Amino acid sequence: MSILEINNLTFEVNNKKILDDFSLKLESSEIHALLGTNGTGKSTLAYLIMGCEGYKPTSGEVVFDSRVINDLKIHERAQLGISMAWQEPVRFEGISVKNYLALKNKEVNPSSYLELVGLHSELYLNRMVDKSLSGGERKRIELASILALNPKLAILDEPDSGIDMLSTQDIINVINVFKKNGSSVLLITHREEIALIADRASQMCYGRIICSGEPQKVAEYYKSRKCLVCDGEVCLYV
Amino acid sequence: MSELEELMKAFGEAGPDKGIFANKEIAHLVASGHKVLSMRGIDGLEVSAKETLTGISAQVTVKEGVKIKNPVHMCFGILHKKGTQKIKMDVRLERNASAHFIAHCIFPKAEKVKHIMDAVVEIGEGAEMRYSETHYHGFYGGIEVIPKAVVKVGKNGRYFTDFTLTSGRVGKLEIDYTVDAGENAVAELIARVFGHANDEIKIKEKVVLSGENSKGLIKTRVAIEDEATAEITGITEGNAAGARGHVDCMEIVKDKAVAKAIPIVNVTNSLAKVTHEAAIGSVDKRQLETLMAHGLTPEEAVDVIVKGILR
Repeated sequence: MSILEINNLTFEVNNKKILDDFSLKLESSEIHALLGTNGTGKSTLAYLIMGCEGYKPTSGEVVFDSRVINDLKIHERAQLGISMAWQEPVRFEGISVKNYLALKNKEVNPSSYLELVGLHSELYLNRMVDKSLSGGERKRIELASILALNPKLAILDEPDSGIDMLSTQDIINVINVFKKNGSSVLLITHREEIALIADRASQMCYGRIICSGEPQKVAEYYKSRKCLVCDGEVCLYV
Repeated sequence: MSELEELMKAFGEAGPDKGIFANKEIAHLVASGHKVLSMRGIDGLEVSAKETLTGISAQVTVKEGVKIKNPVHMCFGILHKKGTQKIKMDVRLERNASAHFIAHCIFPKAEKVKHIMDAVVEIGEGAEMRYSETHYHGFYGGIEVIPKAVVKVGKNGRYFTDFTLTSGRVGKLEIDYTVDAGENAVAELIARVFGHANDEIKIKEKVVLSGENSKGLIKTRVAIEDEATAEITGITEGNAAGARGHVDCMEIVKDKAVAKAIPIVNVTNSLAKVTHEAAIGSVDKRQLETLMAHGLTPEEAVDVIVKGILR
């Protein structure tokens, strides 16, 4: 059963189509990797699903758990079970990691979620989610906070960017925890090794899906620069 | 109920543990209106105070080399709806002494109250003073608070102060602090205020980095809503080689509130460096969206952000 259906979604800015008649289905507990070079519309798709301000579809619909959610605000979508880890998470003054992980649910055990993202809880629980954290630390904490929400759908926008290469396995483990917990994951990534853990993958170009299927196949297609939409001009690198 | 008991009751309601005033190892000074209700010095720390026509005049001295273990508590307040309290404070930390002062200023029923503090602080060579001041002004807004302090920090001395007024009304607040930092001295001034209704907030803090390698930070966090106003002036002067200063002001504005930030940096020595940053505006959109993506309503998200910057 599909948890998310994106039907013929078009999103234009200044008459330029960022998403062009885009459709995608995500099944329950499925990890779906989305590949594509910069500017192909991946993050825009994430903002449209989450309902961020300024991201209202020009046409088409977003259906979540059999309900059209186009008119719902971010928090209403979050309360239905969608959440998102931003590519560059913001910092907050005066909010400790411990409180950040328990923002919505005071019953969670923040330590266990920190350990899942590879951070020692005794070193991080009382730190602030502010500028004192490195980009990589902040990203891990954001992932932990989304895990703690136990969403039906987690949108992870490049969870691997800013994370050192040696920690790639940590990120893979986290994504697998989402799956184990029953969450569906829309995984936006540039790294092949991350994409390969998905159940399915799609490649985007110019706001469309140009290839979809087995992650290995999609990754190979992506690297082959055989994109029929841009003829390899845009889709140069994984 | 005696005036002291009444003040202690209000003190307890404002949050802190009133048992600290019974503890013989903790120095304190308690004044209500023009009356000194209680005071205690401890070994190495002298407290004296006298009542004047309009308030009190107090002196606190920490003797050379003495490190005071427990914070020194000072409680000032007016329990009536109307009144004026003028406090003249003279605080002296002798060479290599250290102490942490916690001031509680409580005006729970203020409808027409004026509290004026005029402090002179001298921190000797190698001495360290921490001064935390928490205010509670009740819910009527009929109060005018005018704290003024002139602080001199000697060679290798350290001075840290934080002023907090984040619960209840502010009324009219006019802070005016000036700190002069000597050679290798450190001065850090932090203020956090939340204004509502027609509260008026004026904060002027100045750090003069006169000594070589002295360091100064002025950090101000203000949130205002309804029709409150805030004007924050942070001044840092770098007058000696190696002096480093920073002015950091953040104001969150809601509703029809009006905020103004005036960072002033003045450098008279080419080997000094002073920087500043000021941010005024509504709640950051990305922060708001991030919290909403965690399921918080916009109101809950704003509350979390505002409480965070005022913490």
